[in-house]
Amino acid sequence: MKKLINSVDNIVDEMLDGMTAAFPQYVKRLEGFNVLVRAKGPSDKVALVSGGGSGHEPSHGGFVGRGMLDGAVAGEVFTSPTPDQIYEAVKAVNGGKGVLLIIKNYTGDVMNFEMAEDMASDDGITVSHVIVADDVAVENSTWTTGRRGIAGTVFVHKIAGAAAEAGLTLSEVKRVAEKVISNVRSMGMAVNACTVPAAGKPGFELEDDEIEIGIGIHGEPGTHREKISDVNNITDKLIDKILAEGIYSSGDEIALMINGMGGTPLMELFIANKHAHEVLDGKGIKIAKTYVGNYMTSLDMEGFSVTLLKLDDELKKFLNAPADTPAFVQF
Amino acid sequence: MPSKIYECISKISESIMANKDYLTELDREIGDSDHGINMARGFQAVMEKISPDDSDIGVALKKAGMTLLSKVGGASGPLYGTAYMEAGKIMIGKTELLPEDMKAIFEAAISGIQKRGHAVRGEKTMLDAIIPASEAYSAKISEGSDMISAFEAACSSAREGVEYTKTIIATKGRASYLGERSIGHQDPGATSAALTLEAIRDYMKGK
Repeated sequence: MKKLINSVDNIVDEMLDGMTAAFPQYVKRLEGFNVLVRAKGPSDKVALVSGGGSGHEPSHGGFVGRGMLDGAVAGEVFTSPTPDQIYEAVKAVNGGKGVLLIIKNYTGDVMNFEMAEDMASDDGITVSHVIVADDVAVENSTWTTGRRGIAGTVFVHKIAGAAAEAGLTLSEVKRVAEKVISNVRSMGMAVNACTVPAAGKPGFELEDDEIEIGIGIHGEPGTHREKISDVNNITDKLIDKILAEGIYSSGDEIALMINGMGGTPLMELFIANKHAHEVLDGKGIKIAKTYVGNYMTSLDMEGFSVTLLKLDDELKKFLNAPADTPAFVQF
Repeated sequence: MPSKIYECISKISESIMANKDYLTELDREIGDSDHGINMARGFQAVMEKISPDDSDIGVALKKAGMTLLSKVGGASGPLYGTAYMEAGKIMIGKTELLPEDMKAIFEAAISGIQKRGHAVRGEKTMLDAIIPASEAYSAKISEGSDMISAFEAACSSAREGVEYTKTIIATKGRASYLGERSIGHQDPGATSAALTLEAIRDYMKGK
């Protein structure tokens, strides 16, 4: 394993200090905790807290700032943060209007965030949560943990963040966040797996001519593997699986995200994006806004995911609202 | 002389440390390659937190539970943390573990894990080791067995439970994303649960 690290044990700690040093105008670190909050402190609005394991940078700390998150909690690499850390974040960002937790649907994340919610509620803080589960690679049935939360979570941060900034109440912000969740779907693939530093080897092994379809964002294997083909063909497969959900039709307006998994050149993401536009245009689905880049990564994984978000007037307004954060700036 | 509960938890910690890479390897196959790493980090912190002078079993277990909760992360942190804290509640004020206490600990731990994890038996989780172990233990105790033989039975049932996890599809946790591909792999959580019980048995037997 070759990594630019000092010691496996200090990765998260050193990363957070490095982020704070890079973006002091946006974020500060809660002393003694793996929590980034807005540099200016809590304000008189609903506060949003998200987080999860580390290794998804710029998620989630990179989205702390005006128009998006108020706090982000960083767990160990690919490991949910613990309830005490989340609880500290909630206390620090609470401005008196309540706190919404944005949780990605993983067994550990849900348990840890819910425990923190219980702890904060016991303190008299009004806390609520939403769970993002946008990954169509996972069958959504009562027999699984349910779909994973992946890149679509960034749209929840953006839109719920704008709603909170606009002064909506906690229950209204939650309603908007849930609308995003019901309208957003993603699907990802990998050309190569990632290596968790503490594990020292890739999460799965692929032959030179193989790709893994339906991967998550934690180096876990996907739904199946197949021979590599050109990116247009791969993009088609991801989009087809998303469209099979039946929630995007001709005439709909959507936002599109082509998300890099961390080790994929932007060049390749743009090629995928070109084809995604052709395919969606061909189906009469109107792309109101496109995002291409590394938003929800998986360490050094090579691959990408496609996310579609169906827009209505309200979602469009909040999506287009300004945001000013380390990793997401929009005027 | 270190307290009994300190020695028992030390034994569990040693076993988790010794099996750190093994547990991580199992998790690499069907999860996200961190179970051993997270558990080892948690138990390292537990050993810093509890003291050889902690003679109240309940106090020591609660300390261990809180520490696991704040250090392990993932799904294992809340689940093991809850199990230890629930066990701690049963044992507050006690310095000796009686056969009936152990039965109550099993039951409280299982109910805590089920409540937190919304899981039942047969979903390829730690419950597939712990529930059969609890049943075997209770059966032996009601037959009049001594605690060590009852615990031996619990450990064999836990191991059978671990073997059973190889034959079923995961429906909870990250392994559930694999669907049928999870068959053939043993559950890392069930494995760490069996290791925990075996460490307790070894402690009881003075190994």
